[in-house]
Amino acid sequence: MKHAPKPALLADSAVIAKRTRSLAARHRKDIFFRNVCRTVASSSALVLVLLLTAILTQGLGSLNFQFLSGPPDPDPAIAGLWPAMMGSVWLVVLTLVIALPLGVAAAIILEEFQPRRVYLRRIHSFVQLNITNLAGVPSVVFGILGLTVFVSMFGIFGNGQEAGMEVGVTYFDQFYNEGDFILEVPVADQAQPVAEPVEGMTVFSYEGTAMALHLLGDDEEWPADPALAKRSLRTWDAPGRIQENSWWYFRLPFGRGVLAGALTLMLVVLPIIIIASQEALRAVPSSLRQAALGLGATPLQTVRQITLPAAVPGILTGAIIAMSRAIGEAAPLLMIAGIVFITHAPGNMMDDFTAMPLQIFNWAGRPQKEFHDLAASGIIVLLTALLIFNTVAVVLRQKLQKPLS
Amino acid sequence: MNNPFKPLAMVLATSALALALAPQSAAQAEALRGTIVVDGSSTVYPITEAAAAAFRKEYPNVNITVAVSGTGGGFKRFAVGETDISDASRPIKPKEFLQAKENGVGFLELPVALDGLSVVLNLQNDWVHQLTVEDLKAIYLEDGKARKWSDLNPEWPNHVIKVYSPGTDSGTFDYFKEVVAGDKGSFRPDMSVSEDDNVLVTGVYGDKYAIGYFGASYYFENQDKLRAAPIVNPNTKKAVLPTPENVVSGDYAPLSRPLFLYVNVESLRRPAMKKFIDFYLENAGKFATKVQYVPTSDKISAMAKSFLKKRKTGTVFVTMVQNDGAPVFAKRELSLDQAYTEANLLPSK
Repeated sequence: MKHAPKPALLADSAVIAKRTRSLAARHRKDIFFRNVCRTVASSSALVLVLLLTAILTQGLGSLNFQFLSGPPDPDPAIAGLWPAMMGSVWLVVLTLVIALPLGVAAAIILEEFQPRRVYLRRIHSFVQLNITNLAGVPSVVFGILGLTVFVSMFGIFGNGQEAGMEVGVTYFDQFYNEGDFILEVPVADQAQPVAEPVEGMTVFSYEGTAMALHLLGDDEEWPADPALAKRSLRTWDAPGRIQENSWWYFRLPFGRGVLAGALTLMLVVLPIIIIASQEALRAVPSSLRQAALGLGATPLQTVRQITLPAAVPGILTGAIIAMSRAIGEAAPLLMIAGIVFITHAPGNMMDDFTAMPLQIFNWAGRPQKEFHDLAASGIIVLLTALLIFNTVAVVLRQKLQKPLS
Repeated sequence: MNNPFKPLAMVLATSALALALAPQSAAQAEALRGTIVVDGSSTVYPITEAAAAAFRKEYPNVNITVAVSGTGGGFKRFAVGETDISDASRPIKPKEFLQAKENGVGFLELPVALDGLSVVLNLQNDWVHQLTVEDLKAIYLEDGKARKWSDLNPEWPNHVIKVYSPGTDSGTFDYFKEVVAGDKGSFRPDMSVSEDDNVLVTGVYGDKYAIGYFGASYYFENQDKLRAAPIVNPNTKKAVLPTPENVVSGDYAPLSRPLFLYVNVESLRRPAMKKFIDFYLENAGKFATKVQYVPTSDKISAMAKSFLKKRKTGTVFVTMVQNDGAPVFAKRELSLDQAYTEANLLPSK
């Protein structure tokens, strides 16, 4: 290095002076920058407008009562979204009912009861770090977790997803006789082998009337009298065991039902609720806490009567954002259920289900244009739900928020 | 796949079904209760969906759910008895068969339709008399050699091949890719791709040097506009046209394959399940045509019905060979037509 470099400041100062001296140039620059920002911002809004127009023009045509109330069908003209809509409602409600208490409790312990001991504080910050990390985990990973933890419960209840323990279910053996009549035999214990037809045994019709069984051999003629035909079976007729679940049916492991889906979605939204609730709690001025403690309130009383009520608007906003996330999730549900054709709405927590994003995904993937229109209609329904959630969140925040200090 | 005759065909099919399968009384139809769980191939899904939707119109209290985990994913659940029916776009593999055997799952193997692809050319294309899978590889793969027709055969025109393909989301694409590219290998990025088969037809129709492919039944609808390329069967070395007869007989290989239902025989005891499978097999041809597949031959469908009636369980596509006393299971390399006999059945129970 023979030549020492010129001091940068000296070298450039002339240039800088030249540039900065002109006020007009600075203003031009300012206007230019503002316009760049404007273009970028409006282009993102433009994309949204384009998307909405495209969806609305494509989907409004097929959005009708039939679509909202009917089951899916291979004929796009009569296919509907009802089971998927109900599946989504079940999912979101269950998810919120489970995730909200857990999330708020976690936020309270993390914010309001910070430990003093060194090792406890390490655990505390470790948990905190992991919650932040969990918020960034791709949701399909939670799907795999949900499959092992909730659907089959590590197989501790036996083979695969068979029910190891269940309540709220009645079993019966169902015969279908030659005259197209259904005969049912109640089953007290599921472990019993299926019923064998015996002359005179009590069987029930579909309507529930008890009848004495009339047994026929191979060579006997099928009775012409409908009343008799209704309670007749051949000696070799074999039944199938079917189950009827009440609305409070519960089983372990959960199987591929709504509850397993909701618990998996809970994993997805829990970090969101915890972080939102923590922020809401943190926003409560500490002077309020100190005043309560100073007046002799216990930490529990402080949380219950001062901090938590003050944080409610923020917590609710977080919960509603979490709901919006849950209703739009498809990937983890695909792992849990993956059902794309289902004609009934879930009747209990263990029932099979599908959700709106899955149904939309299925329709959008089909070659026929009519199904693409249906997918667009489904998106309108989904967007409407999201819009309602977000409006409620904004209104709640506005209404419930009081000045705190 | 837009088929101009579809609405009409659908109306005909549904009204015929309604007549043929109306139960004796509405109350009895309602009495049939139960759930049926189906999982498996997304290729078979449209047929099963059509069957389930039509069945439910007759028997509203039977809940049928159909999921699409793919053939392999479906068999995984089927082999542990989680599902009643598994949709499959290929026969069960020895490994899957063993799994079912270990779990004591007895099953019926029922072919329901055939899926064939046609490679189509412009009507003025008078130079191609047959194409081999190797030729298709050269045309369609990214590292394939053929960019001009003369690259395949020096006597053919020195003109760039215009390549058409269904969209990468379609099952048709997946299947064609499976045959032509195998596991590895990717398609050339400069194909003209469309989800709408009409665009492909118009494209190949208007360009002398074009080539494209789609479901065989779609070619049947457009025979006046396009001609199909005979494809050389790698086993017999004969060039075969994708006629329904050749698809049904299995000569049109490797671009056709049978589609199956695997039915848990234990589940068949349930009246709802029994009714559904009877209904499905009875109308499989109609449903298959409706969703643009080729129905199975009368012989195969009669055989399937007799297997169902006699509850002949097992698969014809796995064989057991004794090897030092321990049984070893292997795949039977035969076409459906040759393999599907009662003598070939290997029961899983």
